[in-house]
Amino acid sequence: MHVDASGRHSQPVGDSRAARLTLRAIALGYLALLLALPVGMVFYNTFADGFAAAWESVTTPEAQHAFWLTIVMVAIAVPLNTLFGITAALALVRGNWRGKTIVGAIIDIPFAVSPVVVGLALILVYGRQGWFGEWLTDHGVQVIFSIPGMVMATIFVSLPFVVREVVPVLREIGVEQEQAAQTLGASPSQIFWRITLPAIRWGVAYGVILTTARALGEYGAVAVVSGKIVGETQTLTLHVEEQYQQFDLTGAYAASVVLALIALFVILSMNLLDRRKESS
Amino acid sequence: MAIEVRNVSKAFGDFQALGDVSVVVPDGSLTALLGPSGGGKSTLLRVIAGLETADAGEVLFDGEPVTGVPPQHRDVGFVFQHYAAFKHMTVRDNVAFGLKIRKRPKDEIATRVDELLKLVHLDGFAGRYPAQLSGGQRQRMALARALAVEPKVLLLDEPFGALDAKVRKELRDWLRRLHDEVHVTTVFVTHDQEEALEVAEQIVVINEGRIEQAGSPDELYESPATPFVMGFVGPVSQLGDQYVRPHDIDIHLEPVDGGLQAQIEHVARVGFEARVELHLADGAPVSVLVTRQQAAEQELEAGQIVWLRAHRFHAFAEGELASA
Repeated sequence: MHVDASGRHSQPVGDSRAARLTLRAIALGYLALLLALPVGMVFYNTFADGFAAAWESVTTPEAQHAFWLTIVMVAIAVPLNTLFGITAALALVRGNWRGKTIVGAIIDIPFAVSPVVVGLALILVYGRQGWFGEWLTDHGVQVIFSIPGMVMATIFVSLPFVVREVVPVLREIGVEQEQAAQTLGASPSQIFWRITLPAIRWGVAYGVILTTARALGEYGAVAVVSGKIVGETQTLTLHVEEQYQQFDLTGAYAASVVLALIALFVILSMNLLDRRKESS
Repeated sequence: MAIEVRNVSKAFGDFQALGDVSVVVPDGSLTALLGPSGGGKSTLLRVIAGLETADAGEVLFDGEPVTGVPPQHRDVGFVFQHYAAFKHMTVRDNVAFGLKIRKRPKDEIATRVDELLKLVHLDGFAGRYPAQLSGGQRQRMALARALAVEPKVLLLDEPFGALDAKVRKELRDWLRRLHDEVHVTTVFVTHDQEEALEVAEQIVVINEGRIEQAGSPDELYESPATPFVMGFVGPVSQLGDQYVRPHDIDIHLEPVDGGLQAQIEHVARVGFEARVELHLADGAPVSVLVTRQQAAEQELEAGQIVWLRAHRFHAFAEGELASA
C-alpha cells in the first residue's frame, strides 16, 4: 500500500491496486507465453508417447554420439574461456597498457557478429581453400567439417561472457583488499587465490553458466563448420534440428530435454561448488 | 624501527605529488603526516609501504635502503581509510591472514588472534563477517590484522577519516593508548590538525608535495616555520605584517605605542572565553580571544573603537596563510 509519512494514502487505493494487478498480469503473461509455455510444451511432448519412447529416441547411437560430442565441446570451450576470461578481465581492469580499449572491443566481436558469419570466417581461414588450408592439409589436420573447427566455433561464440561478467566485479572490489594482502606478506599468486578469486567468484560463476549455455545451444557457427555429418560432427543442438527436419518430433523434443538437463546440472553444480567453498 | 625518507619525488602524469621530500621518523615514535587533501601525504605513506614507487630518492629502514623491496617483504602494517576488509572472510580469518601466509602453527595462530581481538575489543565478534560490523569495528579489525604479523612499522592512511565524529574521537584516544602499549613505530596520515595535535608525538606538515615543517605539536604551534603551518595548526589573525594567535592580542581602550586602531563589530561570549570580532582602519578583519572577565572589565561592546597590540607574534619573509 502506498502510504506517505503522515499516514495518508498518497494515491487512491483502487487505482493503484488495479494498476499493480494489470502490471503483474502483463509481466506474468509475457513470461508464460514466451518462456514457460514453449518450454513446458517441449517437456510435455517429449513424454506424450510415454517414457519408453523418449528414452529410446535419446539412446540411439546417433543421439548418444551427439550427446558426448556436446559434452566434449563444453568441456573444452568452457574451461578455456573461463581461464581466458579471468586473465583478460584482470589485464583490462588492473593492467596499464596501450591498446586496452581496442582489445576490449575485439573481445566483444562475438556479441556483434552473426554466428553464421563466424562459421564462414573460420572456413575462410582454416578451410581447404583458406589461408592455412594447404599447410593444415599437408600436415594431416582437418579443421573444417571436423571437431577442431567445431570447438573453435564454440569457443569463438562463447568467448566474451566470463570477461564481461568479471570486469564490472573487479572494478567494484577495487585494489585495496589486494594491497592489504600484499602488505601482510602475500605473494601475487596467494593474493589471486585467496583474495581476488573469492571476491569475483559470483561473476565467474555466472560467466561460466552463460558460457555453458551458449556452448550447448550454439547452432549457426557450429552448423556451418561441422558439415552436419550424422554420427560424426553432430552436436545435440544440431541433432535436435535434424530430428525435427525428419519429422521425428519425439526425438527432437527428447534431445531438447537432455540439453535442458545438462544446463540445469551445470547451474546446480556451480551452486554446490560455491557452497562447499564457503563451508570449508 | 627508524624510517628515513631521502629526497623522494613522485609524479602522477603532470601532477607532482611529492617534490624532493626528506623526513626522519624516529624508532618507536608516533608521527602524523598532516596537510590538506591532495598535498601528497598519502603518497608519501604509500611510498614508505612500497605500494607506490618513488621516481627519485630512497626510503631507508634502520639505515638500510628498501628501494626495490616489495611491500610483502617490508614488514609494514598498513591500515586503509576504507578498511580494505576481506569481505569473504570472517573477522577471525581476516586477522589470521598474515599469520596463515607465514605458515605459523594452527594453535599459535588461534592464540594470537584471540589476544589481538581482545586488544581491539572485538572478542565475541570472531565469527562475524565484515559486513556485519560497524565502521569503527571494521577499522579496529583492520588494525588487529595489521598488528598480527608484528610489523616493524604501522602505517595508517586517514584511519578515522570515514568514521563519524564520536567514534573518531574514541578511536583516536584508543590509538594513543595502543601505541603506549605496543610501542611500534607508527605513522598516520590526517588532514585534521586537532587529531594530529592530540595524538602525535611528532607532526610533519606537508603541503603541495613539500614538507612545510616537522616537529613536536608544541613546536609547530609555538614556532611555526611558515604562515601555512601557522594557519594550519590553529587560528591566526593578521595585524599588518604580523601573524598572531587570537589569544596573543591585547585590547587597549586608549592609544598605545605600536597599537593599531580597530572597531569592534561583535563580541561573542562562549563559556570561559570571549571572542571579539573587529576590523582595522583599512577594513581588514581581526579576531581576538580574551577571557570573559577581561571583556566584562573593559566593557567591550560592538561599535567601540579600541587599539590592538600583539604581545607575541610571528613575521614571515614570504608565503601565504593556509585556510585551516
